[in-house]
Amino acid sequence: MTRERTVNLVLLLLVPAAALAAQAIGETFYVTLATRIAILALAATGLNIALGLGGLVSFGHAAFFGIGGYAAGILATHAFNQEPLLFGLPGSKQMLVIWLTSLVASGLVAAVIGAISLRTSGVYFIMITLAFAQMIYYFAISWPAYGGEDGLSLYVRNSFPGLNTLDPMTFFLICYGLLVLGLLVFATLRASRFGTALQASRQNPTRVAAVGITPYRIRLVAFILSGMVTAIAGALYADLNRFVSPSMLSWHMSGELIVLIILGGTGRLFGPLAGAILYILFEFVLGGLTESWQLFLGLILLGVVLFARGGLIGLLAGKERHG
Amino acid sequence: MAEPVLDIRSLKKSFGAVVATDGVSLDLREGEIHALIGPNGAGKSTLIHQIAGTIRPDSGEIRFLGQDIGTLGVAERARLGLGRTFQVSSLAHEFSALRNVMLAVQGSQGSSFRFFRPVMDDASLKEPAMAALERVGLANRAGIPAAELSHGERRQLEIAIALALGSRAFLLDEPMAGMGPEGSQALTAFLDGLRQEAPILLVEHDMEAVFALADRISVLVYGRVIATGSVEEIRNNPTVREAYLGEPA
Repeated sequence: MTRERTVNLVLLLLVPAAALAAQAIGETFYVTLATRIAILALAATGLNIALGLGGLVSFGHAAFFGIGGYAAGILATHAFNQEPLLFGLPGSKQMLVIWLTSLVASGLVAAVIGAISLRTSGVYFIMITLAFAQMIYYFAISWPAYGGEDGLSLYVRNSFPGLNTLDPMTFFLICYGLLVLGLLVFATLRASRFGTALQASRQNPTRVAAVGITPYRIRLVAFILSGMVTAIAGALYADLNRFVSPSMLSWHMSGELIVLIILGGTGRLFGPLAGAILYILFEFVLGGLTESWQLFLGLILLGVVLFARGGLIGLLAGKERHG
Repeated sequence: MAEPVLDIRSLKKSFGAVVATDGVSLDLREGEIHALIGPNGAGKSTLIHQIAGTIRPDSGEIRFLGQDIGTLGVAERARLGLGRTFQVSSLAHEFSALRNVMLAVQGSQGSSFRFFRPVMDDASLKEPAMAALERVGLANRAGIPAAELSHGERRQLEIAIALALGSRAFLLDEPMAGMGPEGSQALTAFLDGLRQEAPILLVEHDMEAVFALADRISVLVYGRVIATGSVEEIRNNPTVREAYLGEPA
């Protein structure tokens, strides 16, 4: 087993082990913390498809995170009030329905944002994705039907067939299960023909075109898949907090996802999980000591960028080897 | 006579006041090596860029296998079978030599929207890629990342990629550049056999290689083709000697 695999396996077992231990001593607060780690890691795993594999620095992934969140909030609200949604369709409290809606909605929005932004590159791409996300953010703020600036509360956590989602451990396992699924999607994509073309488009788009592959199409599909994975995380986040607000759509959130990936290791399978663990720990430990914990996070990020380009995974497992 | 594989007619391209390509016409026929020579700044690279599709000509026509390809993008031209190598090696530097060639096989199959099967277990990619590496003598370096290959090996890898693309014509932009004498000789011998598979438009500064290989030579000076002919004709052409080979007529 390579060193990276060992590190990955340890990370994979660490979070559920911590959650189970917390459950055993009756500290369910820590189970919630582990759930946040799982959800943020899933959101960042989505972004890692675009950013890590494709080199597409999207500064607008909060849009997809928020779309997932609002899908959960809006469907649940309609179901609760027994008001029909669109075309007489009812709302829903079923997570499976909400996830499917999140996937479709985020996929469509990502197709539009991607089709336009991917015509640019570098700093223009960053700015255009940011601009799109901010447009959606301001739209949510000014849409009183769903709470506007105040956001939208979910009266009760949505349900999953056969499970009691109100139990913190059960909900954690749902989130963690989806994270593992997201990691499988990432790993499968990365090794596939599509992933080969995507990674080559990051390394050398001229070469990719010269062998008959159009980088634009590859990137567009990657951007859509990336947004869809992040949206699922958004739906879970709404269920965790039983609350959705425009802050899920704000550029802070987009930045946070990028920071997670850089901390953990850009393009690495377990980079997002490593980053999410670090981020939540910093927030919890440093945040307990000082209000300005983000200052210290900034310093750590600076250190990572200057001295440990591969993030935590790079530090522990060394340089990445491709096939 | 059969239609040429690649047929360029009255191609023009200016950058502001500089006319880089000034009414160039030339063709590439089945089975031949057509060398394109000329001093630095003669517009060889600009011409290659227009054939490959990275630069759009202002006017003129480029026909490939009987089809006007002037409006097609780079990737579409490559899919039709226009295999090029770059003057400065252009590779996916993190990938191994093998995966670089596999990317070309994948491109030629038009199968990049497959999301599940790992490429490294895929014999339909691996076998043709290994075969191409073997032909250029890089098989023992298949697993090495492109970034860690030597300069000469990268040049070989560029050729292997063009082979794996199943090219119907090769566009080789200074394949010998920076290679030692041994490497040049080996490559010359290899290209000599390659012309039977697909014709080669060869831009090259190494005159020894050009004179050894070319069936025809075109001389480009200030964006114009001043002469086209056999090696002997070009060698004895007074205009060429004056303009390019640096000897007074």
